[in-house]
Amino acid sequence: MTTTAGRQSSGSTTADRLAAGVGRRVRGLPVGMVLAAALAVAVGLTPLAYLAVRTAQAGAERVAAELLTARTAALASRSVALATVVTLACLAIGVALAYLVVRTDLPGRRFFGVVAALPLAIPTYVAGFAWLATLPRFAGFWPAALVLTLCSYPYVYLPVAAALAGTDPAQEEVSRALGRGAWRTFSGVTLRQLRPALASGGLLVALYVFSDFGAVSLLRYDTFTRAIFTKFNLGFDRTGALVLSTTLVALTALLLFTESLARHRARYARLSGASRPPLRIRLGRMRWPTALVPAVVAGLSLGMPAVSLTGWLASGVSRPEPVGAILTAAGNSLWVSLLGAAGTLVLALPIGLLAARHSGTVPQLLERASYAGHALPGLVIGLSLVFFAVTLAYPLYQTTAMLALGYSVLFLPLAVAAVRAAAIQSPPALEEVARSLGRGPLHVLRTVTLPLTAPGIGAGAALVFLTCMKELPATLMLRPTGMDTLATELWTKTDVAAYAGAAPYAALLIILAAVPTWLLAQRTGVWNETNQ
Amino acid sequence: MRTFGLRSVAAVLSVGVAIGLVGCGAAGGGENEITVYSGRAKSLVQPVIDDFSKATGITVNVRYGQTAAMASQLLEEGDKTGADVFLAQDAGALGAVSKEGLFGRLPTDLTDRVPEQYRAADDTWVGVTGRARVLVYNADKVAEADLPHSVYELTDSKWKGRVGIAPTNGSFQAFVTAMRVADGDDKALSFLKGLKANDVQLREHNKSIVADVDTGSLDVGLVNHYYLYEKAEEAGKPVEQLKARLHFFSGGDPGGLVNVSGVGVTKQAADDADVREFVDYLLGKAGQTHFTETNFEYPLIEGVSPAKGLPPLSELDPPAVNLNDLDSLDQTVQMITNAGLA
Repeated sequence: MTTTAGRQSSGSTTADRLAAGVGRRVRGLPVGMVLAAALAVAVGLTPLAYLAVRTAQAGAERVAAELLTARTAALASRSVALATVVTLACLAIGVALAYLVVRTDLPGRRFFGVVAALPLAIPTYVAGFAWLATLPRFAGFWPAALVLTLCSYPYVYLPVAAALAGTDPAQEEVSRALGRGAWRTFSGVTLRQLRPALASGGLLVALYVFSDFGAVSLLRYDTFTRAIFTKFNLGFDRTGALVLSTTLVALTALLLFTESLARHRARYARLSGASRPPLRIRLGRMRWPTALVPAVVAGLSLGMPAVSLTGWLASGVSRPEPVGAILTAAGNSLWVSLLGAAGTLVLALPIGLLAARHSGTVPQLLERASYAGHALPGLVIGLSLVFFAVTLAYPLYQTTAMLALGYSVLFLPLAVAAVRAAAIQSPPALEEVARSLGRGPLHVLRTVTLPLTAPGIGAGAALVFLTCMKELPATLMLRPTGMDTLATELWTKTDVAAYAGAAPYAALLIILAAVPTWLLAQRTGVWNETNQ
Repeated sequence: MRTFGLRSVAAVLSVGVAIGLVGCGAAGGGENEITVYSGRAKSLVQPVIDDFSKATGITVNVRYGQTAAMASQLLEEGDKTGADVFLAQDAGALGAVSKEGLFGRLPTDLTDRVPEQYRAADDTWVGVTGRARVLVYNADKVAEADLPHSVYELTDSKWKGRVGIAPTNGSFQAFVTAMRVADGDDKALSFLKGLKANDVQLREHNKSIVADVDTGSLDVGLVNHYYLYEKAEEAGKPVEQLKARLHFFSGGDPGGLVNVSGVGVTKQAADDADVREFVDYLLGKAGQTHFTETNFEYPLIEGVSPAKGLPPLSELDPPAVNLNDLDSLDQTVQMITNAGLA
C-alpha cells in the first residue's frame, strides 16, 4: 500500500507550484499524472454527462415508465447471456491463437500473427450479412454469438499476444525445471501471468457485445441495443432511446465490479534485468496439423466475408466510383484513424500507467471510470459529442479534430487496457532507478516507461486504429461535411443494395487495416524471430 | 522503437487540430451556398444535386447520414445547426423535427404542387417522392387469380409459412400504424397475431424479402414497390424478367399505404432564396423526373409519370389516413412486440 505522507509546499506562487506539480507526489501519487488522468477520464465520460442531462430532462416519471418494464428486464438478460457466451469463446480463441503464434514454432506464425488481428477491421454488419447471404436461415442466439465472437476475439488476442511476448520466461523455466509438463506450466504459470490481459480483453469483448447493433439486428437476436435502435430509428424517440441507454451503463458498472473481483493483485514484472525472448515450444510432428487452428479461424472470420464480397462483385452490375474517389476515401480513413489512435493513446497513457503503478483507490477508480461509457452504442456517443461540441466548442464541430476526439472518447478503454496491461508487465524498479538518478518524471516516461511498454502500447494503437477504420455512426455525425471515408462509402453502397459497388470499399478497408497491423507487429517485436 | 512516443504523437495531433481548424469554415452557408443534411442515400440524391448546381450555380454542401440519426442530430444542434435543408427518408423524421419547432414555413406556391395528404398541415415540410406498400409475389408460385384482395387475407391458413415481412423495418411499422389509424388497434393487433400464428417469415430488410421471393424461397412478401426495381437494376436485367412481381392492394386497404420521403427547411434558412430555389428544383419537373427514373419512386407533382410498369399515383387507392397522423410509432412498435413478431 502507498501511505507515504504528502509533502506540503508552502509560500510558493501558483506558477511555481504548477511547475513543481509535475514531479510532486501527494500520498505517494504523482500529482501531474493524476491530474492528466483525471482530465482524460473527464473527456472519456462525456457520453455519461450527456445521458445524465437528457435523463434529467425526461423526468422521473418518464424514466420509470421506460425502464421498469418486464421487457427491459428480459432484454437485459438476453444481452447478458450473449455477452457471457461471446466473452468466453473470445477468451478461448484469443489465448489459443496468441499462444500458437508467440510461443510455438507454428509454420507461418508471422503471417497468422497479423491475420489473427484483422477481423477487427470487419464491421459486424458486413460479417452478419455475409453469413446470412450464404446461409439464409442463419439467425438467432448462436449465430449472433458466432459472428460476434469471430469479429471481436482480437480484443483478447492482441493484448494476450503482447503479454506473452513480454513475459519473463524465467518463471516458466523454473516450472519446467521442477518437472511440470507443458500443459501444467501453461495453466499454472503462463495463464496466471496473462490474467491482466485476459481480464481487460474479456471486459472489452463483453462491453462490445452490449453495444453491438449490426450483428444482432441482421441475425435477429433481440438485445437491449436493438431496442434502443428501434426507438431511435422507428419511433424517432430520442429521449426514450437515451433513457433506455442508461441501463447499458448500469450493466457496465456491474461488469466492471465483477471484473475487479476477478483481477489478481500480483505484479507480473520480469525477475531478471535483461529482456529475453520468450520460450517457444516445438510442436514436432503436430506442427502442420496445428496450423489448421488459426487457418480455420481465419477462414471463418475473414474468408467467409471475402467469399461473400466476391459474390457481390460477380452478381451485381453496380460499380464503385472512379479510382480517385476510392483513394480519397482511403486516404481520409487512414488519416482520421491515425489521428484517432494518436489522440486515444495520449488520453490513455496517464490513466493506464497510473493504474498499473499505483494500487490506491484514486488510480483504480479513474481507470474503472474510463470504461463506463463503453457499452453505449456509437449512435448515443455520437449524439453526446454533437451535444458537447455544439454547446462548448462550436468552432470545432464537424472538423477532423472533433472526429478524432470522438474516436478517442469511443475507444479510450481499448487503449487504457493495453497500456495498463503492458505497464504491469514492465518492472517499476527501472523507473525508480532513473528517478533516483535525478531524471525528471517526463524524461523517465519518455526514456524508460514508454520504451518498456512499447509492445503493449503498439498493440493498443493497432486495436484503436482498426476500430476507428470501421466506425460508422459517430463518423457520420462528426465528420466534416462532404468528407467520405471507406466506412461511410461502404455504408452508402450497402444502404441501396449496390453490393458490387460496395465490395472494393470493404476489401480496401481490410487491406489497409492490415498494413499498420503488420508494421506494428514487426516493430514492437511481438513476432520477433530472434528466438533459438 | 525508442522514439515511439510523445513527440511524434504530439506532432500528429497538432497537425490534426490545425487542419481541423482550417476546415471548419465549411459549415456555414453563404451567398450561393447551401448546406443539406440528407437522410437519403448519396447515390439517389447526389445526381439531382449536381444537376441543380449546374443549372443554378449554387454550391450545395451535403452531409449524408441515416434519417433517424440525422433527425436526432438536428435536434441536438438546435438553433446552431449548420443545416439549411433536411432531406428525410420518412415523414416521421420530418414530423419529429417539425414538432420541436426547428423548421420554418415553406411558401405555399411550393407546397401546393403536392397533394394535401403528402405534406405537413402547417407547411413545415413537404413530400418529394412517394412509395407504395405492395405485395411482392413469385409468379411461378402464385397465380394472379390467387392474389389476395386485402392484406388481411394473409392471415388465412392458405398463406401459412409463405409470407415474408420485415417487422423491425420503418416501412412495415408505418404500414401497421396506418392500419391502426384506419381500422383501430384491435383489428391491427389481431392481424399481427394472425400473421404470427400463420408462421410468417421474418426478415430484417425489404430487400431480403424481394430477393427471397425472386428465388422462390418465399412465395409473397410485404415491401415497398421500388425494391423490385432496385433488385432488377442490381441484377442487370429488366424488371419484367424477374420472377418477383408487384401486386397493389386497392379499395383503401391499409396494405396499400403510400408514404413519402420529404424535405424541410430550418427556421433560419426559411427565407433564403437559394434554399427556396433548391426546394423548387426538387419539386420541379427535372428533380421529380430524376427520382422517378433512377429511384423508381412515385413523383408527387402532376405532369411527371412514374417508372415503366407502375400504375400512376392517381390510380392507386391508398387508405384514407393522414401521414401527419402516423406519429404514434411507439405504440406500433409495442404492438408488434406484443404480437411476438420482434
